[in-house]
Amino acid sequence: MKRLIFLITSALTLFFLPLKGSAQEGSLLDILGKDEVTDYTTNAFKSSRVINGHSMEMISEGTLDFRILHRFGRISDGFYEMFGLDRASMRIGFDYGISPNLMVGFGRSTAKKEMDAFVKYRILWQSKGSKNNPVSLVWVSGITMNGLKDPIGNPEVPVTLSRRLGYYHELIIGRKITDRLTLQLSPTWVHRNIVDNQLIPNELFAVGFGGRVKFTQRLAFVWDYGYVINRFPGNLLANPLSIGLDIETGGHVFQLHFSNAVGMNERAYLSDTNGDWLKGDIQFGFNLSRIFQVKKRPIE
Amino acid sequence: MKKIAMLVCLLLPAAYFVQAQSKYFTRTGAVSFNAEGAMDDIEEVKAATKTATCVADQASGQMEWAVLLKGFQFKNALMQEHFNENYVESDKFPKATFKGQIDNHANVKWTTDGTYPVVVNGKMTLHGITKDLVAKGTVQVKSGKPALASDFFVKLSDYDIKIPSVVGTKIANEIKISVNANLEPFKK
Repeated sequence: MKRLIFLITSALTLFFLPLKGSAQEGSLLDILGKDEVTDYTTNAFKSSRVINGHSMEMISEGTLDFRILHRFGRISDGFYEMFGLDRASMRIGFDYGISPNLMVGFGRSTAKKEMDAFVKYRILWQSKGSKNNPVSLVWVSGITMNGLKDPIGNPEVPVTLSRRLGYYHELIIGRKITDRLTLQLSPTWVHRNIVDNQLIPNELFAVGFGGRVKFTQRLAFVWDYGYVINRFPGNLLANPLSIGLDIETGGHVFQLHFSNAVGMNERAYLSDTNGDWLKGDIQFGFNLSRIFQVKKRPIE
Repeated sequence: MKKIAMLVCLLLPAAYFVQAQSKYFTRTGAVSFNAEGAMDDIEEVKAATKTATCVADQASGQMEWAVLLKGFQFKNALMQEHFNENYVESDKFPKATFKGQIDNHANVKWTTDGTYPVVVNGKMTLHGITKDLVAKGTVQVKSGKPALASDFFVKLSDYDIKIPSVVGTKIANEIKISVNANLEPFKK
């Protein structure tokens, strides 16, 4: 019996001894156990857009993002047009963050005097810790409206509101792989209520490939390619490809880039005629984003 | 001989429990800082969190703190983003920690109501850099529960946190940090 008690107490002692040791040598905080915190991935991109397309990032709740997008003319136009700088096309837009996972936005482009509006919702937020999500999933649905006096250019087809409209929906699957590298894939569906002729499909399906390589805290290289699956006529080189630099200066994010696409919303850059990269039909452009805190946040 | 061995064996776990009970902790410690620069503008460079963890050992006078930097709330969301992304780099260095010793801990009666001024000597780690830190504060015991409070200053340059010259007048190099924690006895 005595031997049994001895054995049990020895066993207990052995069981507790290492614990006691670790409590003394390690951190006092160890006694609280592991943190039950979810670490959500932030700053996968500097901005809510890669270049033309939406990124996996959202803007913060209660902030207004004033966006000015500028595209100059084609570089291939040569010296007479100052390599495109003499011409410019732009989009002015406002985005607002309703909640951490929901934002809305609208804008107007000079090209086709087109209005566009969208809703963007984050279904899943990449995170580690107590909740482990390898990717972020973001849904975007938008509508576009051609604002030209004569959007169709065919007297036999009367202009109606519905014929001015187009829609797009996309799912962004993105992952900030390391602090430096972010990649995303975005299957996209664009619907146009009216197209130029019977050979051009009303429905366009595309896959966007976007990414970022961060050089420093304030400088990153970004690219954005949209592979349009059923474009007519099919031309790989006419798919929108944009490459650029993200430069952050305090409250502003500047994106300087080269692109063969003129359009500045999903319908426009995926379905409108883009230049051919190899022929130099590309344009210099920039996106300027300025974020304003609209809703007050108490910090206690 | 066997009896002594048995006694030791019995006492060792007991000693462990006694020691464990002499610790106090919290998971809801409040930490705030003010980095308001010389320029007086409407944008306040202040932030606060209530998710700091702290364990204090009554027997040795040791204490440790840890705070998740992503937990800091700013009035301005963009400022919060820049704080995490550009200044403290919270993806690389998620926590700020402090490990210290109450110099005069014999004077602190952890179970007797009263306010005890203390000086804590230790090391703070922030942005991957560890520096010595001396902070004055109080241990206030109320209804048998101790509360810790302290205000101290740290220099951002000591922790290799660089402030771009553009915002040099907006953000102070020496920032004031306030900590407050109501501790509970730790029970295993």
